[in-house]
Amino acid sequence: MNAAVQLENRRLMGKLLVIAVGMLGFGFAMVPMYRQICQAIGLDSTRVVAASTNTQVDASREVTVELLASSAGLPWRFEALDRAVKLHPGELVSVRYRVVNTLGREVTARARMNTAPEAAERYIAKQECFCFSNQTFAAGETREMPVVFRVLTDAPRDLSTISLSYTFFEVPAKSG
Amino acid sequence: MSTASHTHVSGALDDHGHAEAHDHHGPPAGFTRWMYTTNHKDIGTMYLWFAFFMFLLGGTMALGIRAELFKPGLQFFDPEFFNSLTTVHGLVMVFGAIMPAFVGFANWLVPLQIGSADMAFPRMNNWSFWLLIPAALLLIGSFFVPGGAAASGWTLYPPLVIQQGISVDMTILAVHILGASSIMGSINIITTILNMRAPGMTLMKMPLFVWTWLITAYLLIAVMPVLAGAVTMLLTDRHFGTSFFNAAGGGDPTMFLHIFWFFGHPEVYIMILPAFGIISQILPAFARKPLFGYASMVYATASIAILSFIVWGHHMFTVGMPAAGNLFFMYATMLIAVPTGVKVFNWIATMWKGEMTFETPMLFAIGFLCLFTIGGFSGLVLAIVPVDITLHNTYYVVAHFHYVLVSGALFAIIAGIYFWLPKWSGKMYNEGLGKLHFWLSMIGFNLAFFPQHFLGLAGMPRRIPDYALQFAEWNMWSSIGAFIFGFSQLIFLYNVIATIRSGKPAEQKQWEGADSLEWTHLPTPMPYHTFVTPPIVR
Ligand SMILES: [Cu+2]
Repeated sequence: MNAAVQLENRRLMGKLLVIAVGMLGFGFAMVPMYRQICQAIGLDSTRVVAASTNTQVDASREVTVELLASSAGLPWRFEALDRAVKLHPGELVSVRYRVVNTLGREVTARARMNTAPEAAERYIAKQECFCFSNQTFAAGETREMPVVFRVLTDAPRDLSTISLSYTFFEVPAKSG
Repeated sequence: MSTASHTHVSGALDDHGHAEAHDHHGPPAGFTRWMYTTNHKDIGTMYLWFAFFMFLLGGTMALGIRAELFKPGLQFFDPEFFNSLTTVHGLVMVFGAIMPAFVGFANWLVPLQIGSADMAFPRMNNWSFWLLIPAALLLIGSFFVPGGAAASGWTLYPPLVIQQGISVDMTILAVHILGASSIMGSINIITTILNMRAPGMTLMKMPLFVWTWLITAYLLIAVMPVLAGAVTMLLTDRHFGTSFFNAAGGGDPTMFLHIFWFFGHPEVYIMILPAFGIISQILPAFARKPLFGYASMVYATASIAILSFIVWGHHMFTVGMPAAGNLFFMYATMLIAVPTGVKVFNWIATMWKGEMTFETPMLFAIGFLCLFTIGGFSGLVLAIVPVDITLHNTYYVVAHFHYVLVSGALFAIIAGIYFWLPKWSGKMYNEGLGKLHFWLSMIGFNLAFFPQHFLGLAGMPRRIPDYALQFAEWNMWSSIGAFIFGFSQLIFLYNVIATIRSGKPAEQKQWEGADSLEWTHLPTPMPYHTFVTPPIVR
């Protein structure tokens, strides 16, 4: 291998390394890129809230919504003030949850909703919910929080009971 | 040339200068030969043995999985350990067996086939190999730490991997090291191919194996860093309070899928393009005809590589992408069938009216052609969104990717070993044992994996140690096939060792139709240093 080839090889190695480092950066850049693209063209399915405009009430049937509350790794008090509500599909109802921050420090937490049966989730349209954003509770604070929602009228007729469950997770101090 | 740069250059050329001075000598003896070697043949050999060892290790895990699934109920392992087996089996086979085996082929063949004395960066070459050892130790060692080895599947999806113990950190570190090794290897291969070809060896005269590796190396440089980034984000989510994929902190687990599969789909071509190259060398040699449609083969390989960057979504049809997204990924995926089809038709046309003989490499190459095509077709089936939504995470998927990775990539590797072993070792393998190995592999493989299509269509989920009674029959056959396939690889191991130790001398041009430089320009056995003065290619 002569000197000229050696030099050429090193130049090419430099270029290829630039590609590799660039692709490493691209991997990280994909995180904000996806967010931006999905928000810009409205593909962000995680932020679709109360999209339906149908406010007709289907009085011919009744659905029972049981309210559950739990916390993951947060030994404080979090409970549903209403145990269960009976409602007609389409009817707008308001229920209340309560947090007592017994931890003696400020806590920022985020609630996530899930339902049983799982398939019922898409028939619940929330107008107002403490789960839309992070909640910060001062030490010792007690707060009641409403959830305003409807069960959509196109919910299947055999869906007579839905368990609506909220779980609070503590938001790590640095969050991305 | 200035004195300073001259000194510098001769320093860097030390091994090579040494090589020229002692051209008639063989390599130094003992372990240090392998430790410090910068010879592309030695490094190729080490890669191939490493891959073989990892193949047997990953194969043992696979047999553990099949033993557990032989009948319903839990027999041998608890479910957590079973999941560790499927996870590490996948990681070991992908990163420890298939990829290093192809790099081994590249090391042996790229310099020989382009008429270069060695790789462009011989010392870095040594490094790329030895990095594999700590990575392998981390993967194997992760079985013995509290909590057991990673159990989230080889794709390392959050949130499961965020919750598991220290073994996941070991796995992530192993992936980092393997990534660094692959990138160094790729830089070496690209530089060798682009800068070090013998006079007259134009790009469009290069054997197809060299072409496929050139394109594969570019894919590796483009996507291994993305994987490194993805697992780094897992690591910081686990230990440094970030929330890239942690929903509680505003992150999104499906984000990981997008990043992982942006790497993951090109990765499957990284594991198959060099196989295309090997097959494109073997079929013409035994058909005694030149490869049909050489230029179209090159362009097809390049188009497959480019398209591989826009199809990652076909792994995530069930995550809730909008219909437009699903349709885009479906059509883009189907488009890849066009260049792949070009290749399959070219191979068949190469064999058409050829004077074929059926020695072991040819048998494995034809086995590749038939079975890889089946895997390609089941891939097309899975590309259809509504079909995939029902078949997602079932054994149909398992059957599909084993048809492309075992009877695709692995059969090509085995074919290549039988094809070049006479040249590399200077000795001829036992043809009878080779044929026995082929037929047992063929029967065992199909018995193991064809029924998994039926199991998947019937709804059996993957990565589960127990199953409903209705799946019992086909699982039993699949396990029997897996054991036949697994143990027949020991025949291969024996055949290779026996050849190296006591095979009959091979001819310079062992295969009548082989026409690349290593067959036409070099004696058998080959000297330790070849093409020290480059050949003139016309
Ligand atoms: Cu893919």
